[in-house]
Amino acid sequence: MKRTTIDLWVGLFVTAGLAALMVLALKVGNATTVSAADGYRVTAEFDNIGGLKPRAPVKSSGVVVGRVERIELDTRKFVARVTLRLDRRYDFPADSSASILTAGLLGEQYVGLEGGGDEKLLKDGDRVTITQGAMILERMIGRFLYGKAAEGPQPEK
Amino acid sequence: MIGALDAGLRSLGARVVDGVWKLGCATRFTGTLLARSAPALRRPQLLLDQVHFTGVLSLIIIVVSGLFVGLVLGLQGYETLKRYGSAEALGTLVALALVRELGPVVAALLFASRAGSAITAKIGIMRSTEQLSAMEMMAVDPYSRVLAPIFWGGAISMPLLAAIFSACGVFGGYLIGVVVLGVDSGAFWSQMQAAVDVWDDVGNGVIKSVVFGVAVTLIALFEGWDAPPTAEGVSYAVTRTVVTSALAVLALDFVLTSFMFTGV
Repeated sequence: MKRTTIDLWVGLFVTAGLAALMVLALKVGNATTVSAADGYRVTAEFDNIGGLKPRAPVKSSGVVVGRVERIELDTRKFVARVTLRLDRRYDFPADSSASILTAGLLGEQYVGLEGGGDEKLLKDGDRVTITQGAMILERMIGRFLYGKAAEGPQPEK
Repeated sequence: MIGALDAGLRSLGARVVDGVWKLGCATRFTGTLLARSAPALRRPQLLLDQVHFTGVLSLIIIVVSGLFVGLVLGLQGYETLKRYGSAEALGTLVALALVRELGPVVAALLFASRAGSAITAKIGIMRSTEQLSAMEMMAVDPYSRVLAPIFWGGAISMPLLAAIFSACGVFGGYLIGVVVLGVDSGAFWSQMQAAVDVWDDVGNGVIKSVVFGVAVTLIALFEGWDAPPTAEGVSYAVTRTVVTSALAVLALDFVLTSFMFTGV
């Protein structure tokens, strides 16, 4: 078959179009600052992760030190097991604590990592034992109302 | 007084009758075009040339406009979202706006003015210089040799152009949001991925762009075919193509959107 330059351009155009569709369908990605090669994984178990999503940042003192890699439900203990991938440059003591925090009032949720005082450091495959799950607004309000009711009626002045 | 009213009513009535007449002609034209497109589809080289004419040549304007629309969306969205402390939702905003609406609609408007006007001028001049009649004299069917390849070429190019437009726009939003304004890139992409559904958002956007491509190409072909064979007639036909396709795209967009995105 005779090949013309138009064929080449049409081929390029169709390839670009299909590539754009693929990009849109798979929703781009791999913009991580921490690549798989220079990171180590630790897991943490939370009673409730709220709206945490994979690829959400892990921050320590506000600095992004890693990403949430995977979230799954442990059906034996019924807790959420979150796999975090942390940057190789940062080491954390073994008794560090992880909590799920919210950026701003309605913003995105991220994992906050706070260093402890242990001599030993977290290694690949370790588990962060001290965790605090997400604050659920309904529960907080419920607890607050319950606390108010338990205080009893205020004495008249 | 009565005379002026009478004349006004007459001209209004004539316009309405003329419009309905033209619509009937356009429908017959579409039917003939579809019925005779089988021979055109058996000759891929013709189709390829038209994909080049309508698609490849529109690529630069689509890429540049997509990028700038994304940049502006990123900038404006960031300013507004920042007030509510949720600048991380910028990725969601940019991607949904582009994939659902702006990608198909703006790409179709650009397609109408870039490719649609060229199609109308081409067909109009072929008509006025009697090239199409000459073809018929040689027993070559102008529908299957000239019109059908353009129609299918346009229908193929448009969804690809819309996808490229959206992808460039998302990249533009990323550039302004993450690189310039410092939104966290992980949050940008993860919120976007969580909010955009492949079928409900991307798929419906593709359906929209196919419909727009068919509509714009048909309007352009018919206006060219129907143009009076004079220089003035062709120039009016080109203008009508752009105006009618823009209105058709926006009206169709409303209809499609109300079907697609109202169900919960």
